[in-house]
Amino acid sequence: MILDIIIAAVKVIVIFAMVLTSVPILIWMERKGAAYIQDRRGPNRAAILGVRLGGVIHSLADALKLFTKEEIAAAPVSKPLFYIAPMIAFFIAVVTVAVVPFAAPLKLFGYEFTLQVADLNVGLIYVFAMSSIGVYGLLIAGWAACGKYSLLGALRSAAQMISYEVALGLSVVALFLLSGSLKLQDIVMDQGAMVWHWNFIRQPLAFVLFLTALFAETNRLPFDLPEGESEIVAGYHTEYSSMRFALFFMGEYTHLIVGSLIIATLFFGGWQFPFVGAAVMKENINQIIILGWPAGAFFMLIFGWWLASKFRRRYRDLRDYEPLVFGVPAMLFAILLLMAWAGLMSRGLLGDIPQWAGDVAIFLIQLATVLAKAIFFCAFFIWVRWTLPRFRYDQLMNLGWKVMIPLGVANVAITSAVMAFQ
Amino acid sequence: METVLFYFLAAITVVSALLVITRANPISSALMLVVCFLATAGIFAMLGAMFIAVIQVLLYAGAIMVLFIFVIMLIQTDAGDLKRRAITFGKILGAVAAVYLAIILGIAAWRPPFIEAPQAGEAFLLPATMGSQLLTTYILPFEILSVLLLIAIVGAVVLAKKKI
Repeated sequence: MILDIIIAAVKVIVIFAMVLTSVPILIWMERKGAAYIQDRRGPNRAAILGVRLGGVIHSLADALKLFTKEEIAAAPVSKPLFYIAPMIAFFIAVVTVAVVPFAAPLKLFGYEFTLQVADLNVGLIYVFAMSSIGVYGLLIAGWAACGKYSLLGALRSAAQMISYEVALGLSVVALFLLSGSLKLQDIVMDQGAMVWHWNFIRQPLAFVLFLTALFAETNRLPFDLPEGESEIVAGYHTEYSSMRFALFFMGEYTHLIVGSLIIATLFFGGWQFPFVGAAVMKENINQIIILGWPAGAFFMLIFGWWLASKFRRRYRDLRDYEPLVFGVPAMLFAILLLMAWAGLMSRGLLGDIPQWAGDVAIFLIQLATVLAKAIFFCAFFIWVRWTLPRFRYDQLMNLGWKVMIPLGVANVAITSAVMAFQ
Repeated sequence: METVLFYFLAAITVVSALLVITRANPISSALMLVVCFLATAGIFAMLGAMFIAVIQVLLYAGAIMVLFIFVIMLIQTDAGDLKRRAITFGKILGAVAAVYLAIILGIAAWRPPFIEAPQAGEAFLLPATMGSQLLTTYILPFEILSVLLLIAIVGAVVLAKKKI
C-alpha cells in the first residue's frame, strides 16, 4: 500500500520533470530550426564561462530574465481571473501526459511497474476532455486582460478550438474501432512491432486529419490566429509579463511535447521498437546487449572525435576550447565503455545476464523509442511552423467545417463498413 | 477518505451553483457554472462512472460552456448595465443555512432508512458496455433525445437565419 503510493508519487514527479525539462531544449530546437530554415546561425552568444552549448544557454538566460522581470497588471483587469488564466493553461498542458504509456509493463521481482501515471479505461477521451478544458486558459486570459487585442485573440482561439475539436475526435473513432479499446496501452499493444500494422498505415486519412487538428489545438503556425503577431500584437497574452507570460510560453511547448507523444502513441506504435517485438527482444537480449554495447560506444567515439576535430583557435579565448570540453570526455567515456565490454566479455559475464537486467534493458529501449518518435514529431512541428504561412480566418473555418469534418465522418463510415463486412 | 472527498466536491458544487445565480457579471457566472460541472464530474468519477465523468467534462464543461462564454463575450454587456440584484449572496447563504438547520432538526426527529450510495454498475464502467446498453435497453429514450436535439438545432437555424 505504502509502496504503491510512493511509486505513484515518484512516477508523477519523474514524468512531470521529464516533460518540464524538455521545454528549454524544445525552445532551443525551435530557435535553431527557425534560424537554419531562414539561413542564419540562430542564438549563439549567451555563455557561462565561455561555454555556449550551441545556444542552449539562451533558454536559461530567458528563464532568468522572465523570473526577475516586473509583473504588470493594468488597472481595469479583473485580478483573480487574470492571475488564474496562465495557471489553467499550463496545468492542462501538463496533466494530459498522465495517460501516455512510456513503456510496456515491467515485471520486476513479482511487482508490475508501468511508466504511465494512470491507465484509465477511457484514456483517449480523457485527453480530449483535458484539451477541451484547455481553451479556458486562453479565453479567460483574453477576457480578463480588458484589452481589444486580447479579447480578439481569445474569441479566435475559442472559435478555432471548438471547430477543430470535432475533427480531432472524429479522426480517432476509427482507431477505437480497430483496437476495440480506449486504453492507450491497448492501442499500442494492438499495433504490434511491424511498421505496416501501425495506425498511420492502416488509417492514413485519420492520421492526416489528426495531425492537422493537432496543429490547430496547439495553436502552432498555420493555425496560430489566437496569437497572430502581425494582426493583433500577441493575441490573448498581450497584457501578460514576466512569469505569467512564461507560463503561457511553457504551456505552449508542453502542449507540443504532449501532442507529439500522443501522436507517436496512437499512430506510430508508441514504445514498440520497429520490426523487433518485445517478445523477440526478450529472447535475444543477450545478443542485443553484446552487440549493442560496443556499437553505441563506437558511435560515441566517432561523435567525440567529430566534435574534437572542430577545435580551432578562432576567438583566442575560452570559447575556442568548447568542442574539446565535450569531445574529449565523450571519447574517453566511449573508450571506457569499450574496455568494460571487453573485460566482461573475456570473463564470459555478458553471455548470461540475469533476467531482471534484461527486462530493465528492454524497458529502457522502449522508453528511448517512444521519446525518439516524440522528438521526431516535435522537429516536424517546428519545421512546419517556419515553412507555412498563416491561414486567413475564413480559410480556417472552411477547412475545419467543410473539409475535415466530412472527411472524418466518411473515414468512420468506411472503416466501420469494412469492419462489419470482414 | 472517500467521505471527505465527497463532501469537498459536494460543497464546491453547491457553492459554485449559488455563485452562478448571484454574480452580477455574466462571465463570472458562466465560469462558476463550469466549476460546478467539473465538481459534478468528480462526484461521477467517485461513483466509479469514469465514462460519464469524462464525457461530462468533455461536452458540458469543454464544449457547451465555451460556446456560452463565446456568446457572452461577443455581446459584451458591462456589469454596470445590468439591474442591481435584490437577492445577494449573503441573503441566499443565510436562507440556505436556515433551511439546512430546519432539515437537520427534522432528521433528528424522524429517521428514514438511509442507504449508502451504490457504486455504478458494470454497465457504466466501460465505454463499450455503456454504448451497447444505450442501443439496446435504453434505445427509446436515447432516440427521443436525439430527435429533441435535432429539433433544437433546426429551430436554432430557423430563428437565426432570415432567409433559408
